[in-house]
Amino acid sequence: MNPPLLEMRAIGKRFPGVVALDNVSLTVGKGEVLALCGENGAGKSTLMKILGGVYQPDDGQVLVDGRPVKIDNVTDAMKLGIAFIHQELNVLDNLDVASNVFLGREPLIGPFKLIDRKKIHADTEPYLKRLGLDVSSWTRVDQLSIAQQQMVEIAKALSLNARIIIMDEPTSSLTLVETERLLKLVCELSEQGVSVIYISHRLGEVEHCADRVAVLRDGKNAGELTQNEVTHDCIVSLMVGRDIKNFYVESNAQKTPGHLKVRNLRSSRYPARQVSFDAGRGEILGFAGLVGAGRSEIVKAMVGLDRFATGEVSLGGETLPVGNPRAAIVKGIYLVPEDRRGEGLITGMTVRENTTLPSLERFASLFLINRNRERKVADEQIQSLKIKTPGCEARVVNLSGGNQQKVVLGKWLSMDPKVMILDEPTRGIDVGAKAEIYRIMRSLAAQGAVILMISSDMEEVLHVSDRVVVMHEGQITGVLERADCTEENIMQLAVGKKITAAKAAFTN
Amino acid sequence: MKKELGILTLLLVLCGITAAINPRFLSVPNLTNLANLIGLFGIFSIGLGLVIITGGIDLSVGSVFALAGVLLAMMLTEWNWPWPLAALAAIGIPTVLGLINALLITRLKIQPFVATLCGLMIYRGLARFIAGEDTKGFGNAEGFETLQTLAKGRLFGVLPMPFVILVVIAIIMWFVLHRSIYGRYLLAVGRNEESTRFSGINTRWVVASSYVLAGVLTGIAGILFAFYTNSISPSNHGNFYELYGIAAAVLGGCSLRGGEGSIIGILIGTALFQVLQNVVNLLGIPSALNFTVMGTVVLIGVLADQFFQERAKRKLVKS
Repeated sequence: MNPPLLEMRAIGKRFPGVVALDNVSLTVGKGEVLALCGENGAGKSTLMKILGGVYQPDDGQVLVDGRPVKIDNVTDAMKLGIAFIHQELNVLDNLDVASNVFLGREPLIGPFKLIDRKKIHADTEPYLKRLGLDVSSWTRVDQLSIAQQQMVEIAKALSLNARIIIMDEPTSSLTLVETERLLKLVCELSEQGVSVIYISHRLGEVEHCADRVAVLRDGKNAGELTQNEVTHDCIVSLMVGRDIKNFYVESNAQKTPGHLKVRNLRSSRYPARQVSFDAGRGEILGFAGLVGAGRSEIVKAMVGLDRFATGEVSLGGETLPVGNPRAAIVKGIYLVPEDRRGEGLITGMTVRENTTLPSLERFASLFLINRNRERKVADEQIQSLKIKTPGCEARVVNLSGGNQQKVVLGKWLSMDPKVMILDEPTRGIDVGAKAEIYRIMRSLAAQGAVILMISSDMEEVLHVSDRVVVMHEGQITGVLERADCTEENIMQLAVGKKITAAKAAFTN
Repeated sequence: MKKELGILTLLLVLCGITAAINPRFLSVPNLTNLANLIGLFGIFSIGLGLVIITGGIDLSVGSVFALAGVLLAMMLTEWNWPWPLAALAAIGIPTVLGLINALLITRLKIQPFVATLCGLMIYRGLARFIAGEDTKGFGNAEGFETLQTLAKGRLFGVLPMPFVILVVIAIIMWFVLHRSIYGRYLLAVGRNEESTRFSGINTRWVVASSYVLAGVLTGIAGILFAFYTNSISPSNHGNFYELYGIAAAVLGGCSLRGGEGSIIGILIGTALFQVLQNVVNLLGIPSALNFTVMGTVVLIGVLADQFFQERAKRKLVKS
């Protein structure tokens, strides 16, 4: 029997503090479409980056055509016929289609070694035909739709004689029609003998096009399904079932439901989808969902950071003007954003300056800032949050991730939050700081604040939320009461399936 | 503060050497002349510095000097406007032009370099057209002696007015930049506009206001320059002055990436520039080499700063 086209054997990969992959194996046959599924952080991307030459494995072996190979970089992967089509497309949109396809290996002509434009265009056309892409090779890429740009990447892969094409969430920004066309193309490629590894959260697509589904969970193989076994439920049951200790402690905070009301909120990312939900004082409302479900976009719209958002947000009966970040802050609605360095902090400034930035008026008389008052408040936060810093005059850039996050928290805590929205509050933070951030959230809730927490970490969602809102592609698919919060239920809702345990997100 | 100390040392060493070679450097007429020039250039350099701190740039300053100068001379000598009105207009016009820059940059999202480069060309052309290519001056016209005294007089018979005005403006702007809420916002926007917006600050307004403020300071400096030269040739009045201002700000510690800079730094940068010009004259260096000398000094200053920063970083890593 011929060896499979690709075999990954017992791959292991560790990053500081985490084991990303542990003894993972994968095979792909010639012309096979293999779907790779798993929760956020299950290890799909890491595994594919190893295959694409971005990471080196710590253990294990990769075999192509039965021969062990070493993939040190992207060029090595290309030489082996492995092409990686990333979710964020890698096209240069100021160049035409042919220049993109032949980027970095342009045939040269003449004494001045100029690019042989005739040749690259003549050579590109057949690939475009093969993919059914009805554009000229002379078209600038920025004139193409996202789907067409993706086709250009696939054409590039084919021109490199790719035998295995890895597609990471290829349909996440495509329309329905475009998605169907891509799925058809995947089938055609497979008929032409090209293998495809297809990563997707959309189980419908997986059911539709995969010959086989491999599921990862916690960086390990969770199981495989052959084509006739593939169903929604089977995939989800393999994806979940992690060994999660349930740390949840029933909170004894006084709850007043319906204090925060969000109605028909649309973000500019998903303008056709609207979101409504209620949250109460004293409650930690978790927001679960797969990456790209539109959770961050919704909370940014809530605090007025999305200029094109529409809808209504009201707190304690008072309506908030949309699209006005100042108004949200005045009402005590604060966001701890996902991107700490880019959006939460001014890393070149000191702890003091970061702490007081949104409330400088408090520290000023006649527009002049009283630095001693600033220092006092910053020092208070440093003490109560146990921020490890040489002092309030240290620049934030020199602090660790966990302490940086505490500075963001301290900034808002010093301003008496009514609603605190935390977007991935513990991403990239060590265990000790994590526990402290949970403690802070709990005590805030106990003081009567509304807490919203977006998290892509299932353990965290189950660990701290009193209720969980689950989103899928810009919409709320359901809300789970504490008793119904199981990994399985959340996962079902996160992939867009209706389940009976889910409650409505709000009452009028 | 370290940056300012470095350049201050450079300034003092330069003064010391020059004084040693040519004692005339320390003579009263030379020093008052120097102070006058520092005043003239310092005022608009502070405005330019604020713009640079927000991460922007203003290339139109020199042309605005020409336009406002030509108009001021015409208002006073040809149209016989009362001097307070003319002075107000001479400050108001650059302010409005600053506002136009601000709107182009914050509302229409045009890059500051491009928006103000267009201004540089447009206002220069307007100045030449309005003046009919004639040099405009104040001649022996009367009725605005007060303004003239304010612009070129000597306080206590010694201190040139531009220098006095610079000191007043610098003190005010020091409080504005280093002690006021607005100043903190300027620095924050320059460092990270997105985070600043996430803290509920209207960043567009902050950026826009810096161009307007620069316009006001350009207007004030423009009046002083007009009286200093006493005749405004529309095709070269104020030529390259924006570049002097930018160079002084950069030499004084402003980063063109934004978020960094101080009033004291800008002042020292301006002073260093004027002293250099003075040195070129006093030491008998051919004045044709003027720009070459200044360019070299800026380059050395920036290189030295880079070198010391790298070394500080390496030390930090080692410890």
